[in-house]
Amino acid sequence: MAATRIDCDIHPAVGGTRTTLLPYLDDHWKEQVVSRAIDGLDLTSYPPNMPLSGRSDWRPANGKPGSDLAMVQRGAFDQLGASHAICNVLYGAQAVYDPYMAAAFCKAINDWIAAEWLARDPRLRASIVIPLQAPDLAIEEIERRADDNRFVSVLVLAQGESLLGRRHYWPVWQAAEKYKLPIAIHAGSQYPMAPSSIGWPSYRYEYYLAEAQAFQAQVLSLIYEGVFVKFPGLKAVLMESGVSWLPAFMWRANKTWRGVRVEVPWIDREPAAIMRDHIRLTTQPFDSPPDAAGVADIIDMIGSDKMFLFASDYPHWQFDGDDAIPPHLPASIVSRMCADNPLETFPRLSLAA
Amino acid sequence: MSDVIDRPVLEQEASAKSRLRIIDCDVHPSLHARSDLNPFLSKRWQEHLKTYGDHLRTPYIGTTPYPRSSPLIARRDAWPPTGGPPGSDLAFMRKQHLDPLDIEFGILQVLDLFIFSQQNLDFGAAIQRAVNDWQLAHWTSREPRLKASILVGQDDTEAAVAEIERCARIGKYVQINVSPRPNEPLGRHRYWPIYARAQELGLPLGIHVGGYGGHAPTGGGWPSYYTEEHQSNAHSMAATLTSLVIEGVPERFPRLKIVFIEGGFGWIAPAMWRMDQHFERFRDEVPHLKRRPSEYVREHFWFTTQPIDEPDEARHLRSLIEWVGVDRLLFSSDYPHWDFDDPRFAFKTPLSEAERARIFSGNARALYRL
Amino acid sequence: MTRHIVARTTEIPPGGNKVVGIDGRDIVVFHVNGEFFALLNRCPHAGAPLDKAACVARLTSSEPGVYQRSRVGEQLRCAWHGWEFDMRTGQSWFDPKRVKVRTYPVVIEDGETLAKGPYVAETFPVHVEDSYVIVET
Repeated sequence: MAATRIDCDIHPAVGGTRTTLLPYLDDHWKEQVVSRAIDGLDLTSYPPNMPLSGRSDWRPANGKPGSDLAMVQRGAFDQLGASHAICNVLYGAQAVYDPYMAAAFCKAINDWIAAEWLARDPRLRASIVIPLQAPDLAIEEIERRADDNRFVSVLVLAQGESLLGRRHYWPVWQAAEKYKLPIAIHAGSQYPMAPSSIGWPSYRYEYYLAEAQAFQAQVLSLIYEGVFVKFPGLKAVLMESGVSWLPAFMWRANKTWRGVRVEVPWIDREPAAIMRDHIRLTTQPFDSPPDAAGVADIIDMIGSDKMFLFASDYPHWQFDGDDAIPPHLPASIVSRMCADNPLETFPRLSLAA
Repeated sequence: MSDVIDRPVLEQEASAKSRLRIIDCDVHPSLHARSDLNPFLSKRWQEHLKTYGDHLRTPYIGTTPYPRSSPLIARRDAWPPTGGPPGSDLAFMRKQHLDPLDIEFGILQVLDLFIFSQQNLDFGAAIQRAVNDWQLAHWTSREPRLKASILVGQDDTEAAVAEIERCARIGKYVQINVSPRPNEPLGRHRYWPIYARAQELGLPLGIHVGGYGGHAPTGGGWPSYYTEEHQSNAHSMAATLTSLVIEGVPERFPRLKIVFIEGGFGWIAPAMWRMDQHFERFRDEVPHLKRRPSEYVREHFWFTTQPIDEPDEARHLRSLIEWVGVDRLLFSSDYPHWDFDDPRFAFKTPLSEAERARIFSGNARALYRL
Repeated sequence: MTRHIVARTTEIPPGGNKVVGIDGRDIVVFHVNGEFFALLNRCPHAGAPLDKAACVARLTSSEPGVYQRSRVGEQLRCAWHGWEFDMRTGQSWFDPKRVKVRTYPVVIEDGETLAKGPYVAETFPVHVEDSYVIVET
């Protein structure tokens, strides 16, 4: 592909289960959804009307931000300069407890994105939304999309029922590795428990900040449970996680591992080294230090130019204006993060769609 | 990079002739046996302690489901030769820690019995009184270098405030302590009576990692390993900082000083950047905040230095220190725990004499009014 | 090279150790798996005394849940931060090239041979019927 700038994180929005997804449900689920009025799966993590959920100039006159294909195309491609973009749908199909309903809704989302987005614009790609509450059904959904090269990753939320490294998820990661699909971990929570070790936040602002810790816990889990030992071809992408917390987090992990390695002897090298090989992060938001010297320090501390992936997080309101690249990033990082790193992280981007 | 490391790098090996006495803001004394508290408990609670004991939100009565990497989380050389667990013998603590490291003051943090996390609130109130009395009787009165903290179970706010009053009248405590893993995040309004008292009394609020608040160590579930759970302490502290700032505790209590103990400090600058980055976007949700979040952090919060970060390059540690600010840092050792920081070797980046003086002594002296 | 007699072999039981002062340094002598090893008694991380380290198996693993043990007792887990060192080479686990503990050659000699000389720097009562641990610095 002639890719110059791959936006690794944009958010088409599902209008509703009874509207957008209905055509993609089988007769049973159509009837359930209509007769029981099952709808409104917008995540508590992202109320559509809150400012972060949609920049004011990216909100259509009617409907949720991200619901209008033409507007998304104008924004992500024309305005922000992407050549390609990966769609990560955050409609909360994964969060219903009924595993069969979750599986049906995830399938519907993936069918919808394929039919109404990917088919209409060859620049678009997508993550496969999967029902992790039933790992075997998640694998079925992956298998279903395996031959469709427009699906380039597997999408999970940053906080679900169990940490992602746990053994019962390993068959899902095996399938993901097999089909060269990185795990896209996106900000958001299924809320089966408090979204923080200290309890339930009062404010959305507070919750959003706590997500940085959620990603960190997932990285530790994937590493220490040995997911990258079992599946060396697998990568995990942190999306909308923030980036500047990474160095101190790496050092604390190294420090702990050096002393407690006996617990996890299959981790035969420092966690930070494993992160440099297997973890990637989208760059919006970056949560930058206030000056160029600080940003340069953070990049230096991270110690790898391969970890950064360009993203706008469209239509979430992370920045004003037309430049989705965080301030003060060195030119060498910018050139890598726009095409080389995404192509390396999402191998299926290079396959004919 | 540099050559082989076969001896610890002394931070000021060549030049520090001046004898800097150290204020250690995190020292853990230990009960020899639970019955040590009996003199400070009524018969009813002595019996209860012996029979029902702890009621904590954790599966085991005597240990953690995340077994530590060394017995009792301690340094293996910290077991007193006279018997008893690490931290239980004052003479040995003097010999091993206070004297050789020239500790001018050590601020006590009692973790025994997790008083902050007891489900039976009346029992919790009884043992918090006992622990606060025990600190004075066994430690402070015998060793003037050791300073006690008023430990209070934050989830029975009334009992907590009463205990604060009681101890404040005695007058020998330097701070008030609560847990970062309470029933609700510490910023929540239900805890504000404690902060109001702390502010009125001019005592800092200390928050030491740990506790059983009933939540998983992460918001995404239960980790399998101590390696993960240990690092989750820093995450809990970051979330606690967020809660306190965003709920408006420093805004509402502008004279309150808050100390984070045993969380380390590397994560603080990125937390401030993140809070500031998203403040504009969420500002209408939190109109009670009159200032940027990082401003509240820089004026109302202090952070003990242990466990110190260990970047591969010493200059990166320098950056961490400058980002959070020398004035925010309080040296701590965490004696006798395994991830203890030795004041002679922990800072593997040069500090100026003035910086050393502040981090190892001056900041704590001013904060705790020693 | 100076040879120092530091102990009778029977003084240090298997799994045990003895700390001796040589030229102003503390040196710890371990007895494990029929051999004696001598190391500087200071962890290069922060100076912790290695005589209090846990002596454990060398632990490796090919995959999660598999625990491969070898050279039981020859791996030191430092008493403080748990850094692992190979008793035999002094090398740390996590950075064997750059982080290590100074080691010293050890020989065992019987009293009869020793009594003949050469003389060692410190006096140590030697009996011909015993054997002795010699550390060379």
